[in-house]
Amino acid sequence: MINYIVRRSLYGVLILIGVNLATFFLFFTVNTPDDMARLNIGGKRVTPELIAKWKVERGYDKPLYWNEAKAGSDKLTDTIFWERSVSLFKLDFGRADSESAGDIGTEVARRMWVSIQLALPIFILQIISSVSFALLLVMFRHTALDLAGVVFCVVMLSISALFYIIVGQYLFSRVLRLVPISGYTGGLDLLRFLVLPVILSALSRLGTEARLYRAMFLEEIGKDYVRTARAKGLAETAVLFRHVLRNAMIPIITSAGGYLPYVFMGSLVFESFFGIPGLGAYVIEAITKQDFAVVRTMVFVGSLLYIASYILIDIAYTWVDPRVRLS
Amino acid sequence: MSGSIAVIARIVIPAALAVLAACDNSPWPKGAASENTIYSAMIENTPRHLDPTASYWSNDTLVTYQVYEPPYGYHYLKRPFELVPKTAERVVTPIYLDKNGKALPDDAPGELVAESVYDVPIRKGILYQPHPAFAKDEQGRYRYHAMKPGEVGKRNAIQQFEYTGTRELVAEDFVYAIKRHATTRITTPIFGVFAEYVIGLKDYGELIKKEDATLREGLDPASQDKPFLDFRRWPLAGATAPEPHLLRIRLHGKYPQWKYWMQMTFMAPVPWEADAFYAQPGMAERGLTLDQWPVGTGPYMVKEFIKDRRIEMVRNPNYRGEPYPCDGSPEDKARGLLADCGKKTPFVDRIVSVVEREATPQRNKFRDGYYDLEVFERTDTGISYIVEALDSERVRANYEAKGFNFPKYSDVNSYIIGFNMIDPVLGGGPTAEDKLRARKLRQAITIAIDWDEYSKIFPKKGGETAMSPLPQGIPGSREGTPEGINPVTHRMVGGKAVRRPIEDAKQLMVEAGYPGGRDAKTGTPLVINYDYYAPPTPERKPEIDWVVRQFAKIDIQLEVRATDNNQFQDKVRKGKHQVFWTGWNADYPDAENFLFLLYGPNAKSVSDGENTANYQNPEYDKLFTQLKMLDDGPEKQAVIDKMVKILQDDAPWSMGFYPWASTAVQSWIANSKPAILIRDHGRYLRLDPALRVAKLAEWNKPVYWPVVAIVVLIAALVAFTRRHLRRRERLNARGELLPA
Repeated sequence: MINYIVRRSLYGVLILIGVNLATFFLFFTVNTPDDMARLNIGGKRVTPELIAKWKVERGYDKPLYWNEAKAGSDKLTDTIFWERSVSLFKLDFGRADSESAGDIGTEVARRMWVSIQLALPIFILQIISSVSFALLLVMFRHTALDLAGVVFCVVMLSISALFYIIVGQYLFSRVLRLVPISGYTGGLDLLRFLVLPVILSALSRLGTEARLYRAMFLEEIGKDYVRTARAKGLAETAVLFRHVLRNAMIPIITSAGGYLPYVFMGSLVFESFFGIPGLGAYVIEAITKQDFAVVRTMVFVGSLLYIASYILIDIAYTWVDPRVRLS
Repeated sequence: MSGSIAVIARIVIPAALAVLAACDNSPWPKGAASENTIYSAMIENTPRHLDPTASYWSNDTLVTYQVYEPPYGYHYLKRPFELVPKTAERVVTPIYLDKNGKALPDDAPGELVAESVYDVPIRKGILYQPHPAFAKDEQGRYRYHAMKPGEVGKRNAIQQFEYTGTRELVAEDFVYAIKRHATTRITTPIFGVFAEYVIGLKDYGELIKKEDATLREGLDPASQDKPFLDFRRWPLAGATAPEPHLLRIRLHGKYPQWKYWMQMTFMAPVPWEADAFYAQPGMAERGLTLDQWPVGTGPYMVKEFIKDRRIEMVRNPNYRGEPYPCDGSPEDKARGLLADCGKKTPFVDRIVSVVEREATPQRNKFRDGYYDLEVFERTDTGISYIVEALDSERVRANYEAKGFNFPKYSDVNSYIIGFNMIDPVLGGGPTAEDKLRARKLRQAITIAIDWDEYSKIFPKKGGETAMSPLPQGIPGSREGTPEGINPVTHRMVGGKAVRRPIEDAKQLMVEAGYPGGRDAKTGTPLVINYDYYAPPTPERKPEIDWVVRQFAKIDIQLEVRATDNNQFQDKVRKGKHQVFWTGWNADYPDAENFLFLLYGPNAKSVSDGENTANYQNPEYDKLFTQLKMLDDGPEKQAVIDKMVKILQDDAPWSMGFYPWASTAVQSWIANSKPAILIRDHGRYLRLDPALRVAKLAEWNKPVYWPVVAIVVLIAALVAFTRRHLRRRERLNARGELLPA
């Protein structure tokens, strides 16, 4: 297994290099340091001197990929691409391009906890609600309740998350006036601000997830070992929870594991609409401000988390199904 | 089973009911409404810069103009805008000197003036806010000016320093602030303008570059810790303090607009202690910079700054309490704006602003009463409510019941559609005949674009149709008067300005050589590009389509080339644009600040200036150089009239509109008189917390029964499932129910 993890990690490094190259190239193709400087300095009275000064302050006064003015390896290393890439792989994210150029690492660490406060309850509630609802439909399989449940799932998955947010905010905050429409605070009072986004986020994915899990459970329930369990006289709940659920864990882990990076990275839409200052909101702010350093860092961190998540998922397979061997 | 039901009955249900009873939609802590605190939103982000040298964004003014006090300000109520002293004793008249240093009379021609000297007396007894930068120990040494690496510890707010101090404001602080524009450490957007006028500032910039390089020699260039750049060490000829309370500023030539710069925070005093304090090791890393924690003499000081989340300002205990103004118009009196005449300001104890990234929650919080001013520093937030009230009787009744009554007026900024004058089609070829044809084409287009229609179709974005680049309220503007109409696009009918008929435009098209929108010689259709600065999102598409329709009225095919702003700017710099949309927010209420947008040497594609139309007219440019040096009066008016006439005839712009302004403010806030140029309004606003508490309780009564119904429904579903399962467990293979 260790060999497997090492190999996957090395593949991961290659993927990260690719992602880094692609984001750097794409960003600088559409957005030069001069453009970033103009946007950050302001819309008025932007002079070439100011742009030059801004670039010097942020280290964008060097060539992008190749420094003709230097000799030897400095031609490659004394460039924006090299300096930014090497520091990224050392997990030294440097300073933001915009405003007072705050430390990105500090900001990511601060905001990650905010994102987790929102995303972890969503993650847990989503798994519990989807699995429970799918099991409920399986219990009543081939009945009117099952059919209604499936139709309900299709309707739910057909609706955009934005709809849930707008209707949810209107209903619970403006009509029923039970929770604040958006905002964020510390302490226990935070629960008042999180309850609505958590419920709405879980609800917005309930249709997709529950329908998928139902299909998985139905496939399992027709297998011989389930019939054997029933023949042994096991109760239906025991059959479902002890046998079917366990054997359907692999697709559940695959599906839920794919959501793991978002637990740390935050949700762009939910954080933005509910005024939660997590990493999702940080990315949106950075895009608005054309803060290349932050966007690139977040893409890099996102890739890193995806790679880590999928390694974890693979390891989890061996845990839920001892027949699986990582080699 | 019965045990678990008992637990539910005894503990879970009462606890759930208690939690439910505590639910409400207030985003603020309990009891907040009864405090003397103003709540408002910040759009998308916290301010970019709070350092007065760097701050040039309107979002920053939420804080900067409440904390810093430049020498002058604007009278809160008087219109047209009138300068009043703030930290200065009075608004001074400059002394003009000729090239030999001899004094000239006040009305001397600008060309004779070699130097203007502003001797500004600074008021005595003004104190800075309490701040650790001023804290001294018993021996009189600064407590926090020699901190060692690591001594900052985990502090990330100035309130976490045990000791604070203050000191009196002196003229040297203004001198220090002016010198600071030459800094290499932060972005200084106005250095170019100041260096052009303040004697010696340009060379001072070079000197500081060298000195800073020497100071930083051998240090890690990436380090956020930079040694203290003490501007007191290097004198600047153009800014001195001959006496502790006398500021002397010397400018090259005559520059009457300088007085307006003296009301902007670029001229706010900066105590050297602040720079010395924030330059210490570890400060910048912990976010302790002047850019986040300003030091000022104004009515408020920053208590909390959480980046991209929240800002809280509290009353500065050292503020002297300037009186509320007593002069205003009869309309001001009728609206109760003079009721607090002579009372000490500020009235409000705290100002809290939180970031809102989406318009819907922001507006809903205002509608529910949780924001007192929807956005503190914005003057356009009320327009949507006015339009919504006009659209629906039900909404109007609801808004009236809530006391939403926002006066609407046009502000001193403008939006236009411009033509690139170096484009061969719109600007004309090299011959006089080509130029005449192009002018007629532009004139035809300016007639065709019906800005009144625009404001009717897009009432949330529209405004007063412009006849010239100068909005009402700017000295020299003739907007709203019969003399002010643009004769190319309008004519007087029954005492009213009416847009010329489209036939006039079509006739001009014929004269321009494009009858029916086709080139008279080649027969090819006239296709012009509309270079738009943003992607055509669903929100923008109707506006873009509207512009296309205006050109279609005279058979011009407008090809939309919508890009992002970077690409648009790139096109503009290369002069590859044709028709474009742009706007301008005034820095100060002087005609120069508008007419410079068409000054030849400022051509965007030539010198990267603000003249996006690349308009070059020697006569206009000559008049502009005269205008720059004229004081308000008949002579300046005559020059402005000539310049406006040239622009109307030449039509480098379709003079668009001056957008309407109106601020969304609750009925429990008194003394709101918004104006885009007046940013220090925090001190004048008065709050009635008792009324706010009553209204919030009335508007936001929670409704519990649907939640109870949902819970009952879920409980019923669970019970049904449980019953069904139990029943199924008791069924045998033949479907018979076995006894329990």
